[in-house]
Amino acid sequence: MFSSKIFLESFEPLMWAARYTLLVSGLGIAVGLVIGALICMASMSKSGFLRGFAAVWVSYLRGVPMLVQLLVVYYLLPVIGIDVPAIVAAVGTTAIVASAYISEIWRGAINALPKGQAEAAVAIGMAPGDVWRRVVLPQAVSLSLPALINELILLVKASSLVSVVGIMEITRASQAQAGSTFRPLEVYLAAACVYLAINLCLAALGRYLEHRMAV
Amino acid sequence: MVQASSVEVRNVDKFYGPFQALKNVSLSIPAGKVTCLIGPSGSGKSTLLRCMNFLEEYDRGEIRIDGKLIGYDAPGRKMSARNLRQMRRSIGMVFQQFNLWPHMTAQENVAEGLVRVRGMSKPEAMARAATELGKVGLADKLGNYPSRLSGGQQQRVAIARAVAMEPKLMLFDEPTSALDPELVGEVLNVMKALAAAGMTMVVVTHEMGFAAHVADQVAFLEKGELVAVDSPAGIFHAPKDERIWNFLRTYNERNSF
Repeated sequence: MFSSKIFLESFEPLMWAARYTLLVSGLGIAVGLVIGALICMASMSKSGFLRGFAAVWVSYLRGVPMLVQLLVVYYLLPVIGIDVPAIVAAVGTTAIVASAYISEIWRGAINALPKGQAEAAVAIGMAPGDVWRRVVLPQAVSLSLPALINELILLVKASSLVSVVGIMEITRASQAQAGSTFRPLEVYLAAACVYLAINLCLAALGRYLEHRMAV
Repeated sequence: MVQASSVEVRNVDKFYGPFQALKNVSLSIPAGKVTCLIGPSGSGKSTLLRCMNFLEEYDRGEIRIDGKLIGYDAPGRKMSARNLRQMRRSIGMVFQQFNLWPHMTAQENVAEGLVRVRGMSKPEAMARAATELGKVGLADKLGNYPSRLSGGQQQRVAIARAVAMEPKLMLFDEPTSALDPELVGEVLNVMKALAAAGMTMVVVTHEMGFAAHVADQVAFLEKGELVAVDSPAGIFHAPKDERIWNFLRTYNERNSF
C-alpha cells in the first residue's frame, strides 16, 4: 500500500540534500562557463596546437561517460599524491565535463552569427576586442541561452552521479532514506518530485531570460 | 562639401584557391566623384569593392587611397592591424544586408563607432547620431531596434552609421539589392544627396538607372576582368565591347514589360 505519510515526510531530508545537488550543478556550470569560454577561444584560435588541444578536450569529455570520469578523477588523484575532498572532485569533474559541451554551444552560437555583423564593425575601424565585446558576444550569449539552460538542466540530473563518491545529494539521500524506511517507492517518487521542481524552475527562468533578451 | 579621397587601383589580382576572382584590374577613382561598378553576378565587382577597404585581401598589385597603399606596407608585406584600422576609419561601407547590430537601437548603431573608434563620450555620440539619423529622414526612429524598421529604413541607418564617422570615401556593396522595389527610391535619394555633397563613392549596383543618372563614370567587369571604364553615356548608349552589349540586353529584357 502506498503511504502518503512516508512520501510527504521524505521531502524534508531530500530538500535539505538538494543543497548539494544545486551546489554541484551550480558551481559546475559556473566554472564550466569559464573553462568553456577558454576552450571555445582555443578552438577558434589561429594556433594549430590550441585548436588540437580543444579538439582532444572536447572529444574525450564528450566521449567518456561522466560516471567513469568521476571515478577516474576520484581514484586517480590520490594515486598521484593529490588528496582532494569528494566534493571538490565532484564539482571539478562536473565543471570540466560541462566545459566541453558549453564550448561547443558557444562555438555554434558564434558561428551562427552572420559574417556581416563583425564585418560592419571591422569596416569602421573597430579594434578586435571591441568587435568581440560589443558586437559578437552580446549576440552569441543571447543566441546560446536556450542551449545553456538545457545544459544546466542536464547537469542537475547528472549531479545524481556524484552520489557514488559519497556526496549526500538528492539521489544519495533518497537511497539512505529508502534503506532506513524500507519504503523505496515513496522515497524515490519524492526524489523525482524534487528534481522536477528544480528543473521546472530552471526552464521558467530560461524562458524569462530568453523573452527579456529577445530583440 | 566633404573632404574626399581618390582611389587608385593598379594591376590587382585576387585568388580564391585556384579560382582567380580579379584579373589584373586597374581603375582610377577620382576624388568627389561617383563610380559605379556593374557587371553580371560573379564578375568580381563586389570583390573589387571589398579589396578597397581590405575586407578582402588582394594578392598582387596595389590599391592606394590618396596615394597611401592599403593592406600592405610594401608588396607582400602586410600592414599592421593598427595602421589598417586607422585607414578604415576614413572609409565608410554599406552592405547589401545592412548588417545593423540587432541588439542596439538605430541611434546606438550610429553612436557605437563614434564612441569606440572616434573616442567620443556617450552623450556626445548619441547627439551626433541623432543629427545623422535626422539627415537621412529618421529623426523619429532613434529608439527603434533594426527589427522594427523597414529594409529601406535599415539601410538608411546603415548609411548614417557610416557617414557619422566622417569618411572621405564611401563604398556601397549592392545597397538596394535586398530591398523591396518600393523602398529602393528612399535609399537612392540619400545616396544622391551624399554624391551632391561631394563624397567619393564607389557603388556596386544593379540599378542601371542610378548608374546612368548619378555616376560620373561606370566600370564594367566580367569574369574578374575590367572590360571598360567610361562615362555613363559611353557605357549605356555606345558600348564598345560586345560583353557590355550582351549584359545590357539581358538586363533590359528582364526589366521590360
